[in-house]
Amino acid sequence: MSKKLLKWNEDRTLFPEKNSEGKIDVDYDSHKFMKIWHGPQHPGITGNMSLELTLLGDEVMDCETHVGYLHRGFEKLMERRKYIQCFPIVCRVAVPEPDFNEYCFASAMEELAGIEVPEAAEWLRTLVLEMSRLQSFLAWIGGQAGSLGQGIIGQWTIYLRDLILDRFEELTGGRIYHMYMLPGGVRGLLPDGFRQRMTENLDEIEKFMKDVKKVMFDNAVFKKRTVGMGVIDPAWINPFGITGPNARAAGVAKDVRKDNPYLKYPELDFEPVVGKDSDIYTRADVRRRDLLMTVDLIRQIMTKIPDKGDIRAKTPNVLHWKVPAGETYSRAECTRGEYGYYMVSDGTEYPRRINVRGPSYTHAVALLEKMIVNANIADVAGLMVSLHTYPPEIER
Amino acid sequence: MQTIIENLQKHFQVVSYHQQRENLGFLIASKEVAVGLITHLRDYEGFAHLVLLTAVDWIEDEHFQLTYLLHHPEKKVDLGVRVMISRENPEMYSIHHLWEQARTYQRELREMFGINFPGSPDVDKPFILEGWEEIPPYRRDFDTKEYSEKTYFPRPGRETHDPAEYMKKKLYPNE
Amino acid sequence: MGKEYIEKRTVISPEGNPIEVDPLKDYFCDARPKSCKSASGIIEKFANWARSESLWVLGFGTGCGAIEMRPLMTPRFDAYRFGIQWRPTPRQASVFVISGYLSVKTLKRVVRSYEQMQNPKFVVALGSCTINGGMYWDSYNTINRLDHYMPVDVYIAGCMPRPEALLAGFDKLKHIIREGRGEGANKYAENFEWYKGNQKKIIKDWDMPDYNW
Repeated sequence: MSKKLLKWNEDRTLFPEKNSEGKIDVDYDSHKFMKIWHGPQHPGITGNMSLELTLLGDEVMDCETHVGYLHRGFEKLMERRKYIQCFPIVCRVAVPEPDFNEYCFASAMEELAGIEVPEAAEWLRTLVLEMSRLQSFLAWIGGQAGSLGQGIIGQWTIYLRDLILDRFEELTGGRIYHMYMLPGGVRGLLPDGFRQRMTENLDEIEKFMKDVKKVMFDNAVFKKRTVGMGVIDPAWINPFGITGPNARAAGVAKDVRKDNPYLKYPELDFEPVVGKDSDIYTRADVRRRDLLMTVDLIRQIMTKIPDKGDIRAKTPNVLHWKVPAGETYSRAECTRGEYGYYMVSDGTEYPRRINVRGPSYTHAVALLEKMIVNANIADVAGLMVSLHTYPPEIER
Repeated sequence: MQTIIENLQKHFQVVSYHQQRENLGFLIASKEVAVGLITHLRDYEGFAHLVLLTAVDWIEDEHFQLTYLLHHPEKKVDLGVRVMISRENPEMYSIHHLWEQARTYQRELREMFGINFPGSPDVDKPFILEGWEEIPPYRRDFDTKEYSEKTYFPRPGRETHDPAEYMKKKLYPNE
Repeated sequence: MGKEYIEKRTVISPEGNPIEVDPLKDYFCDARPKSCKSASGIIEKFANWARSESLWVLGFGTGCGAIEMRPLMTPRFDAYRFGIQWRPTPRQASVFVISGYLSVKTLKRVVRSYEQMQNPKFVVALGSCTINGGMYWDSYNTINRLDHYMPVDVYIAGCMPRPEALLAGFDKLKHIIREGRGEGANKYAENFEWYKGNQKKIIKDWDMPDYNW
């Protein structure tokens, strides 16, 4: 891929000098600069977040991320709820993938309380996490295409996502919020005929993804707008704390499922999807291949998942469940990167402190502010969606 | 993990080390050595990834606990550095020069806990809240329910029960 | 917060003349809203029918509920067949869907967007959070009752309501409009002081005009 398109390698003598902090001195009275607020309406599949852009012509000179439009104070609310009462609210932290919140919360709690989860429950959890990844990827592809002007992809993938949501409804009773993984196990076994319907849906998704590849990834306009745009340097990965597909597109095979295996992932056969060029196109392609890998993983899980078996470990009475004092961190790989819960217990019925570590925290603030400089205003939405930022997990 | 801690003990005074699980440990460092210790961990031991930086309010003991959770990308282990700072004058040395995203965490802690990080860029700017006039909301002595009832016109008809008592009566009447 | 660019100042134009710039003064009208009289008889009925058949929704997802907007827009639930469309700006919209909880910071933007919408305008409140706070009833940053800040025409309960429930809610809204009961904008104008008082009570950082359109 040609490096010629990299915008920051161009001759920039016409543009103002940067100061020691790497930003330019903006003088609004010079009539050269304009301030534009991008958001808080959301441009694609992200949430409410606004970017305060300083423009020179149509080029972004400076950017500041403003978050807090979706702040509900979860970490405070959880401190005044019992552990089991926290359970219905944790999934509401992140809307596109609620299950990762449930899993991280449940596993942190099980670790502190020393509870072993039965094998069937672990398989079901793995299945639900992968289904959750699948539907989130499908929603994201629609958002990425939509932010660059391709409305049709969203129409297709949201339909495909609905198929998975139907399976969720069948398995858990909920369409968006499932509240399926209770501490100590899960709420139910697979319904009759679930496997067959799931297989049909997966076939349909694979069939449609071929069309998506043709219409979106082989599209000249899409390529022109994304190849060489928004490059993440592999050297930024540790200083910025980049995880997930954003890091994998830069060639770093960071995948929590492989690095710190949890649930039944060691028994599944997969390799993290890695890209090379780290631009918007590569990130989209990594996510597309990751999606197909998830389809494959669900197929594998469906053959191994037991039909019968114990799905709940024996737990104390949830109304008086005192979790032993201690602190732990539990993590999982969601579609955006590493998702984690840091839980501190002081030995009472209420958690002392729960901190949610969402991958967007680093992607949307520090990284986006750096990457967006010198982009054109028309590319801002595409760049933002390509990082798969999701504000509710930043501000919680 | 043990070898890392043994290495660390040669250079720093590691107060108490607690192994939570095979790949996760926590240690306590004093406020003065913490930044040096974290820099050492990042540059010489290879803990290159800052997973999170957060605070816990231990109001009974009158201090805040700051937790710096570091991840080792090659060895796949995590190490939490806990730093206790006084609740009277909560102030901590900034680590924004080590990780770019640390300034965001520090901005959030400044707003939500009132912990100051002198020198961190934009640390005094509002991050999440807008026009907040009360004490920082994540502190234990801030009562969110009372504030909500005072401010947001609660709709009448909503009763609050003690969940344990209520569920016992409703769900398990025979127990 | 950097507010210097909305403050009054003098700048020198490229020709060298000083220009007085007051960004807030130039771009809004601060006359308070007036309640509009409806036309009589069959004309009003016809107008109401027309309004009810073209509900243009402002695409401002304020909370979790916005995720169910996508399925509603796409072929499976297809709200377009009922004349419901999504529009990018408040000027083009007639229905404001408050999709879930509102934090104080968002409420400020919502109030401005609502005031910028043209009459007649309708508000659909979605989810339990807008009714009594729902899951976040004790949160320090989310409002409990939406009807204290703006008139609400239809509530759709649930956490979160399914797309079918949304369609039923829009259907209900159509009935209300056709019966001539969709008088939210007039109600807002008549009780303007009360709504403003409530808004100002919780939005501490009030740096915008009282009413702007």
